[in-house]
Amino acid sequence: MTQLALVIDLNVCVGCQACVTSCKEWNTAGSAGPMVDQNPYGADPTGTFFNRVQTFEVGEFPSTETVHFPKSCLHCEDPPCVPVCPTGASYKRKEDGIVLVDYDKCIGCKYCSWACPYGARELDEQQKVMKKCTLCVDRIYDTSMAEADRKPSCVKACPTSARLFGDIHDPDSAVSIAIRESGGYPLMPEWGTHPANHYLPRRKTRIKIHEDELERADNPLKVDRQLPKPAMSEPTLDDVTTW
Amino acid sequence: MHPAFSVIFLTTLIGAAQGLFLALFTAQSYAAFKLLPQPDAHAFYGQGSFLALVLLVAGLVASFFHLGRPERAWRSATMWRTSWLSREVIVLPAFMGIVFLYGLAHWLDWHPVLMTLPSGMPVDPTAMLGVAGTLLAFALFVCTAMIYACLKFLREWHSPLTVANYILLGGASGFTLAAAFASMTAPELVSFLAGWAAIITLLGLVSRSASLYRNARLKPKSTLQTAIGIKHPMIVQKTQGFMGGSFNTREFFHGQPVAVLRGVKWFFIVAVFPVPLLLLLSAVQDSTAMLVVAFIVQYAGLLAERWFFFAQANHPQNLYYQAIA
Repeated sequence: MTQLALVIDLNVCVGCQACVTSCKEWNTAGSAGPMVDQNPYGADPTGTFFNRVQTFEVGEFPSTETVHFPKSCLHCEDPPCVPVCPTGASYKRKEDGIVLVDYDKCIGCKYCSWACPYGARELDEQQKVMKKCTLCVDRIYDTSMAEADRKPSCVKACPTSARLFGDIHDPDSAVSIAIRESGGYPLMPEWGTHPANHYLPRRKTRIKIHEDELERADNPLKVDRQLPKPAMSEPTLDDVTTW
Repeated sequence: MHPAFSVIFLTTLIGAAQGLFLALFTAQSYAAFKLLPQPDAHAFYGQGSFLALVLLVAGLVASFFHLGRPERAWRSATMWRTSWLSREVIVLPAFMGIVFLYGLAHWLDWHPVLMTLPSGMPVDPTAMLGVAGTLLAFALFVCTAMIYACLKFLREWHSPLTVANYILLGGASGFTLAAAFASMTAPELVSFLAGWAAIITLLGLVSRSASLYRNARLKPKSTLQTAIGIKHPMIVQKTQGFMGGSFNTREFFHGQPVAVLRGVKWFFIVAVFPVPLLLLLSAVQDSTAMLVVAFIVQYAGLLAERWFFFAQANHPQNLYYQAIA
């Protein structure tokens, strides 16, 4: 069985909001749209978004780290929002595990939003129906697009490739490998919702440069010494030249 | 959670109506076994059922204000296999229908003997409808309460006490209303109904106190650490992803200072329990005004109780909106 999902690398995300705007741009024009913007140029703008990027500061000054945290529907494998829906408008697709809302059936009772611990669902104030991330279901199967473009809009937009997209039930997919090998984790595992989307943790990135990497100790001919570059023990160009 | 007045009115109005119907049929059952004098069935049961029906219709109308798309409300009966809300949508009209037929049978004095119990007691349509209505009244209490109690991460609600509170508080207000109504139409039943109203109010005090005690001591299961998956104890939110509000900041926060929350809590504790209890116990047969005041005070208290019920529930999604939380 397929379970499509996003894997978001918090180590790479720079919080540029490109995924937020590209998501809104694609989806407001797509089958989920329009996504209302209320009072967009006023003092208190609000509107429907499927994806938000929040920022957290971890640690105590001065040793703090800034973590940008993109947040959208996690397409849970056991979604608590689906069984509570009285009309069947909320459903999880068997074929690919995407959790969707049928906007023609939704009565806007907001019960599913109460049942989602992640706050992933938003009531559209114009259409008065519940909306949420569709994993760009109107895009990823669109055969009129080039194969490389059949990915969620946010994934295409991310300038740092912090967002991976794929089938987490396929052990050889890029997302499964990332979860397995880079410590991928779900949000709020305590509720047993089994979110399909995973996050990759922040990592300490240190480069240890071994001497033999500079000296090329494995080179028996010491060819390096004949390069214009002076030997390590000799004065550098800066030491002997006045420019 | 942000308390929605549509839902506050829905749950309190139908709760009182269910309690009133249960009170009517309790009185009828006692009278059938000759434990109570037979009241004027036409006035007491007939008009009493009509009163219950008015409350149920008012509750149903209030519920429509909660919907973004009320014209599609009929669709909400489809998912009864999984959704308590859908079950409520089915049971509520069914209960309304039974209350209507029960009232109509009494109103028309339609009492043909359908069968006879082994003890020789005749069973007429009102008894059959009364039993069906009683089952549906309890089913409706359970459905309404389970809408909230089934949400496991809203831990203030996820408890059998929620179901007990809905049954007992709805029952208390309904029996108080029945006592007030009986003082106008069937004075011989007032002390019986007022007595039961006092007993159910006391039981409600026990279960509501238990849930207040429990909720005050809940330890949150989710923390900011599990919400974003970073284990460091010091995490401060710097941005929420937007500068104005969103659905997330409007729907899940009551937006009131702690003092208001505390004030509402003490108001409902006083208005739902001791004040109606005193009025009920001091009421004599012709003290209609006292019993009506008892119901009005208790109902106002229940509005506050329901407001507090919603406001107290702390949704885990609020962890992502620390500036408001």
